[in-house]
Amino acid sequence: MNCDDMLKMINRYVDGEIDPSMCANLERHLAECNPCRVVVDTLRKTVQFYKGDQMTELPIQFKKKLDDALRQKWDQTMGKG
Amino acid sequence: MTDRAAEFDEARLVAAAKGGDYNAFHALVEAHAPHLYALARRVTGQDADAEDVVQTTFLKALENLANFREEAAFGTWVHAIAVNSALKLLRQRKRTWVGQPGDGEDDSLPQPQLVADWRPSVEQQVEQREFHELLQQVLDELDEKHRVVFVLRDIEQMSVKETAATLGLTESNVKVRLMRARLMLRERLTALLGEGPNLKAHMDDHDHAHLLEGRP
Ligand SMILES: [Zn+2]
Repeated sequence: MNCDDMLKMINRYVDGEIDPSMCANLERHLAECNPCRVVVDTLRKTVQFYKGDQMTELPIQFKKKLDDALRQKWDQTMGKG
Repeated sequence: MTDRAAEFDEARLVAAAKGGDYNAFHALVEAHAPHLYALARRVTGQDADAEDVVQTTFLKALENLANFREEAAFGTWVHAIAVNSALKLLRQRKRTWVGQPGDGEDDSLPQPQLVADWRPSVEQQVEQREFHELLQQVLDELDEKHRVVFVLRDIEQMSVKETAATLGLTESNVKVRLMRARLMLRERLTALLGEGPNLKAHMDDHDHAHLLEGRP
């Protein structure tokens, strides 16, 4: 196991898709290779931060525009039913 | 609220909307629009495009509401419409389409260049508006074919299979692009968030040494 092997499996490792025996190999490498440990850690954070970056509100001006457009369409299609 | 309770609530809103209750429809829009806006913004890279996508999505939902089966999940339905509208916009805007496989699509991976832990203070910044903007900007800089795969797979949590089917790619294309996307984003974020004194190049590659200078 070297750094290139580690890199090839980094996604599956971060996603927890590596089988336990191979996983032990990777972890042995990580224990003694600081650069790989840092890359794994920061890659994991990269995914986490983006996943956690969710929006709870629309930009205010767009919200108004959207509401108006939907209301108008609603009145045309549903309102008369 | 539990998921099941939320689903029940949503089914009730859909039924009311189909019956002509605008407020019920509006409540469904309010529940899903922010997420769909974020999705569309990330896929298209443009605020104006994101607005178009969200508006198109709910207008379409409104038009087809009568045919919508109440037992299906409203969120899943509008999500699929939004993904397709966003991808359609990308297709229209460019001659080259993200779903085209090929062009140097081999298994080679970018070697990590910047290797440094991130400042611990980053963890406290994640809720801030500036941090959201930083993430957005870094994502915008990623080329389209990698960005779209990352958004659908990692942010929207679509499966590899679903992502491949949506983009017309093979599953192995999706996996390679996802790997590259993550590595490229990690690289860029490390340049911005890495702890200065410890920033060092991996594997004796000092191409990025200039980035180490002038750091706080
Ligand atoms: Zn290593």
